Amino acid sequence: MYLDDSFRVKVGLAEMLKGSVIMDVTNAEQALIAEKAGAAAVMALERVPSDIRKEGGVARMAPIRKIREIMATVSIPVMAKARIGHFMEARILEALEVDYVDESEVLTPADEEHHIAKRDFKVPFVCGARNLGEALRRIAEGAAMIRTKGEAGSGNIVEAVRHIRTIVKEMKQLTVLGKEELVSESKKLQAPLELVQWVAANGKLPVPNFSAGGIATPADAALVMQLGAEAVFVGSGIFKSEDPEARARAIVKAATYYNDPVKLLEASEELGMAMPGLDVSKLQETELLQTRGW
Amino acid sequence: MRRVGVLALQGDFEAHQKALQQAGAEAIPVRTSEQLEQVEGLIIPGGESTTMLKLLRVENLLEPLKRFAEVKPVFGTCAGAILLASKVTNPVQESLNVVDIDVERNAYGRQLDSRVARIDAAPGFVRSGGASEDFEAVFIRAPVIRRVGEGVKVLARFQGDPVLVEQGRHLVATFHPELTADRSLHKLFLRKLGPETHDSPKSEQHR
Repeated sequence: MYLDDSFRVKVGLAEMLKGSVIMDVTNAEQALIAEKAGAAAVMALERVPSDIRKEGGVARMAPIRKIREIMATVSIPVMAKARIGHFMEARILEALEVDYVDESEVLTPADEEHHIAKRDFKVPFVCGARNLGEALRRIAEGAAMIRTKGEAGSGNIVEAVRHIRTIVKEMKQLTVLGKEELVSESKKLQAPLELVQWVAANGKLPVPNFSAGGIATPADAALVMQLGAEAVFVGSGIFKSEDPEARARAIVKAATYYNDPVKLLEASEELGMAMPGLDVSKLQETELLQTRGW
Repeated sequence: MRRVGVLALQGDFEAHQKALQQAGAEAIPVRTSEQLEQVEGLIIPGGESTTMLKLLRVENLLEPLKRFAEVKPVFGTCAGAILLASKVTNPVQESLNVVDIDVERNAYGRQLDSRVARIDAAPGFVRSGGASEDFEAVFIRAPVIRRVGEGVKVLARFQGDPVLVEQGRHLVATFHPELTADRSLHKLFLRKLGPETHDSPKSEQHR
């Protein structure tokens, strides 16, 4: 494991975000609403995923002026997205002193073969994953936090559920394998043996494991947390709903009381309509965001 | 076995639960006032103090927590230190006023200024099992204690600022003892629980 002091500090901040909600925001006004509702961090981006999906075009790192405004407005950590493989966007975000960089499939990839070499950075990174192999490759590159990809901007939880179930199941399977089998498994997963051995011994990822992509209601947040996610990212789900403030508060409550149906009922009680959703099975392969990342 | 609660609204409460178990106590996650009544002491973990404060208000836990701290020991780390302080700045926010300290949030800067550092034990502060005068501490977007009241004893400093203080039965750290392997500070907190009594709270009732 790469447990030098720098990596411990990166993972440390992810530890502090457990049991919480990280909300996508595009400006300072939204960031303030998120902070007041109890978000433990905000994610600055140019457009929320459902708009990126609708409008198309190239989705890039958010405008610096917007990120600065957000950083100046809230006291909670501010994350920002960089394109997959775009290490110069990441360097700029690091120079800006954002608290976390999300190397994200929601933006248009800059490199269709390579991800950012994240261990070279002082700023910590979060990356998306659909399965254990992808998660471990990202950790090997230096990611200090993993989130399931789900299908961003769909308002449909089905893909996030699939991804968290897949990762948890693949980790459980490793725990019963022998030494020789782990070597062959490492080859299948296309992940370093050292990390495969660590997961086999501990039954979990060596970094916090969060969930993202399609969370639109308190019940969605509670569901992925029941399945093993340690915190949730909510993108379009809040600011594309009828009632962003109430919904943000409700999802924060759900991330804490995911084990308590009575509290979840209270959280769900006063809400209006959630964001409109998409049937992921009807999307063309080329419309999927989750397939970005290698 | 001593039953110690960890406020589990948000943050690294699981790391504290594990640390308490390693220090020889039973760790109970606390999310309601009923659960609070079942424990002999409470740890408020690291996390985001604004988020915890929000949930404490909405769930009507502020008053029960203050009453708890009047009779039982509380250990606050990082966000927990902010919540226990008498005054909070950067920005100004509500706190429980349990320990007579003023705290400035994010006083070292942003995440890039987070670090693992050696901190200096104050003269006379001897940790169990630790003979060395400085020890390792993990600071994550940490606050700084800007003022300590008369009844507050400084146990360790970093760059001259107090980072570990006690006031009677309460303990406050601006760093994360739950993220290092040394369990001496959790053991120190367990000694603050006082002698075990026979009428100590019973096991949690089935819901």
